[in-house]
Amino acid sequence: MRRFLPNLLRLATLAVLVVFLFRPELFEPLLKPLVQANAPAIYNQGSLLSLTLSHLATVFAATLAATIVAVGLAILVTRPIGAEFLPLSRSLVNIGQTFPPVAVLALAVPAVGFGEKPTLIALFLYGLLPIFENAMTGLSTLPPAIVEAARGTGMTGWQRLTKVELPLALPVVLAGIRLSVTISLATATIGSTVAAKTLGEVIIAGLQSNNLAFVLQGGLVVAVLAVLIYDAFSALERVLARRAGRG
Amino acid sequence: MIEIEAITKRYGDTTVVDDVSMTIAPHTITVIVGTSGSGKTTLMRMINRLVEPSEGTIRIDGADNHAIPGHELRRRIGYAIQGHGLFPHRTVAQNIATVPTLLGWERRRIDAKVEELLSLFQLDAAAFGPRYPHELSGGQQQRVGVARALAAEPNILLMDEPFGALDPVIRAKAQDDLLAIQRHFGTTIVLVTHDMEEAFHLADKIAVMDKGKIVQYAAPEEMLVNPATDFVETLIGAGERPFRLLSVGTTGEAAEAGTADGEPLAADASQRDALSALLWSGRDALPVVGADGEPIGRVTLAGLARRAARPQ
Amino acid sequence: MTLRIDKLGVVIAALLAYGAFVAPFANFRANRIVPGEARTILEALPSGLGAALLVFVAVSLVVIVLKTPTLLRLVLGLAATLALALLIGLSARYLTPPENTYARVAPASGFWLTSFAFVLLTADALTRLRLSPYARIALLAAVAAAAAGLLLSGAWDGLSILKEYASRADTFWLEASRHVVLALGSLAAAALFGLPIGILCHRVEALRAGVLNVLNIIQTIPSIALFGLLIAPLGWIAVHVPGASAIGIRGIGAAPAFVALFLYSLLPVVANTVVGLAGVPRDANEAARGIGMTDRQRLFGVELPLAFPVILTGIRIVLVQNIGLATIAALIGGGGFGVFVFQGIGQTAMDLVLLGAVPTVALAFAAAVVLDAATELSNSKPGRAA
Repeated sequence: MRRFLPNLLRLATLAVLVVFLFRPELFEPLLKPLVQANAPAIYNQGSLLSLTLSHLATVFAATLAATIVAVGLAILVTRPIGAEFLPLSRSLVNIGQTFPPVAVLALAVPAVGFGEKPTLIALFLYGLLPIFENAMTGLSTLPPAIVEAARGTGMTGWQRLTKVELPLALPVVLAGIRLSVTISLATATIGSTVAAKTLGEVIIAGLQSNNLAFVLQGGLVVAVLAVLIYDAFSALERVLARRAGRG
Repeated sequence: MIEIEAITKRYGDTTVVDDVSMTIAPHTITVIVGTSGSGKTTLMRMINRLVEPSEGTIRIDGADNHAIPGHELRRRIGYAIQGHGLFPHRTVAQNIATVPTLLGWERRRIDAKVEELLSLFQLDAAAFGPRYPHELSGGQQQRVGVARALAAEPNILLMDEPFGALDPVIRAKAQDDLLAIQRHFGTTIVLVTHDMEEAFHLADKIAVMDKGKIVQYAAPEEMLVNPATDFVETLIGAGERPFRLLSVGTTGEAAEAGTADGEPLAADASQRDALSALLWSGRDALPVVGADGEPIGRVTLAGLARRAARPQ
Repeated sequence: MTLRIDKLGVVIAALLAYGAFVAPFANFRANRIVPGEARTILEALPSGLGAALLVFVAVSLVVIVLKTPTLLRLVLGLAATLALALLIGLSARYLTPPENTYARVAPASGFWLTSFAFVLLTADALTRLRLSPYARIALLAAVAAAAAGLLLSGAWDGLSILKEYASRADTFWLEASRHVVLALGSLAAAALFGLPIGILCHRVEALRAGVLNVLNIIQTIPSIALFGLLIAPLGWIAVHVPGASAIGIRGIGAAPAFVALFLYSLLPVVANTVVGLAGVPRDANEAARGIGMTDRQRLFGVELPLAFPVILTGIRIVLVQNIGLATIAALIGGGGFGVFVFQGIGQTAMDLVLLGAVPTVALAFAAAVVLDAATELSNSKPGRAA
């Protein structure tokens, strides 16, 4: 029962979200009290569903690219051939995390102009850091006995990486991706200030026209997405960690 | 046969293994002992090239171990380590199948091998095969570790303090299992330990290492009688000598003609165990029975005392 | 002596070579918003100086690629970064026609790449030297002093970003102080409330999961939405609570931004307090109880001092995060450096964006260095931490 209830809650939240995205007008009575008499209570300058999908697509594309690059780099610096890069990468990650996402976004605009691109770049760059850090931690803190055993059984470097090291580091890497996705989901909304198609449009429209209902629905959709995705990742990590004997 | 010739390993200015030469006969158990930092593990790891030597060569059955790539060499040599090193994300069966899979064996042959090894180590294949390592006890994990090392039927098995993490009761059982396995497969075993008790119990020959050099390489009895240096003598422990001497012989060898009352002793138990049983039971003699349960004679306190005395 | 190649040096050298020999050094625009024209090093600097810079880069390449002493690399990195900073200012004066107030000169990709390469070299040398916390803070102070010196001396006055500054000098400092007040004030409030909440969560296990979950969910609400959502309740308070508007509470402006930053800050403070307190060794707690300390004495004499480094790590996260997030406050009229960022985005004036973004990044970076050093110090002598 203790496990059942939160899952039921999640399922219900997901159901409400899906209904809201497909038939937002059903929720109009709930949001109506938040707006002045004749203002619309449901976002009407575009489809909430398509904004949500493009929001998710932007985050997904940026996170995928960030994952590939960050895990690739982490693999490189944890091999003997890349060991010289390890100390600097660590301090770069540390410095990089002090870059506010908004600043990264703003700085990307001069380089690539308006639209989706600066958002993608900002999300990509900012997403790199947690994934890289976690992948590096995961790959460099494997139990020495297991790494030794993998060499001892005659695995080649590539086999050790793909059959032992990456599978064992996977839960930690996933935790990094989860962090990165959660930050990106929220940061993507700011992308709408530079004309990216995200749920930020809804929020900004609300701020501009003093429409609290818009702000609320934009913010809540993003928050619910973030919570659900966060939970899904956590569940996946738990399963993997249990299988990897770390649970 | 493993021939180690003038092998040296240096890390920077420190020489960890210093010009060591030794020949390890096939189908024997060789135990390398020494204090920590004596270079014993490094020496062993140069056999399967987990460590590359600075100088010297190692030949396995006449062939230089640098003739093939390191990972292929390691697939032919079993390797078991302290804390077992099992892959936590793979089941027991998958762990044991590691090297056969790397070698590209057929599925059916692998399955048969896994089953054979599990039952050899007294683990029920159906029950234990699908489990993950963290679901096993320490002793079971250790057995699976050795089973994995033996899966590809290697002629040589290297073991680095394989029983170091086990509690004394399970350790004694694991050592006896190892002896049985060695007799079963005829594997050449090289085992590194700092436990002299273990060395005398298992070894056909013992190599004592100190500061990167082999100070004595001899059969256990020989080492007891003629320790090459003070260091070897200290390592053996002067007070332990008679008991160590008894621990390398079996009760069967010490059996005299005649009969005795009391709980019979197995012929393959060590003489040390026999002495212990005699002292504890308060008797002067106990009967000895063979593997078939048939009496083959008796051991006496006086007989064991003669055997425990310094050989002339 | 054998010459050995430094692998990392090869990467830095490649960046440097591309930045210096291929990419444009400066960008010239006839006015603020037209597209720019690229200028290489030789075009952007007086003839002798441009050539000298290229020779200097060539020599540096050799030093960087080979395994050279760390101290040499550090000195080279710092000197080169300073030289580049001076040269870009010089380039701006050289490229701007006399008496022309419309023309704009900005650093281009080549300048950024070469600078980045030398900064990397410096960072790598610093990492290898493992400086003590005090030395790191001293170095930060030196760099800040050098930057201030360059700004005050007028060496950079020709650059477009400073021309933007010149026309907004008053608002810049006003927004800067608002930014700092927002970031630090919300941190102070979060520490004031977060610490007791954290201690309470540590003591009362039943509260822990619930409180942390709520704070976690707050973090997932996008900042612009949270800022927006707070407008209405604060507006209501301003109208209905006597005296509220007198102390600055309004529906739009700094108040909702402050509250939002405060809410975001609670999670790291509370979570780290809980983790820090949970990490206090049992032995220490048992011993404290054993010698007859009261709960209160134990908390202030044993638990908090031992948990302090972890709590400080939480404070660092909050401060760096708040300095960044405070930029968003501009969207709801809360002020801060975000004003320039969003104005710049609105006018497609990238220099104005930089005028807001660069100080934000610099502030966040400085805060991180100082607090990292403080955390390390408190870790090395936990006894004196409180």
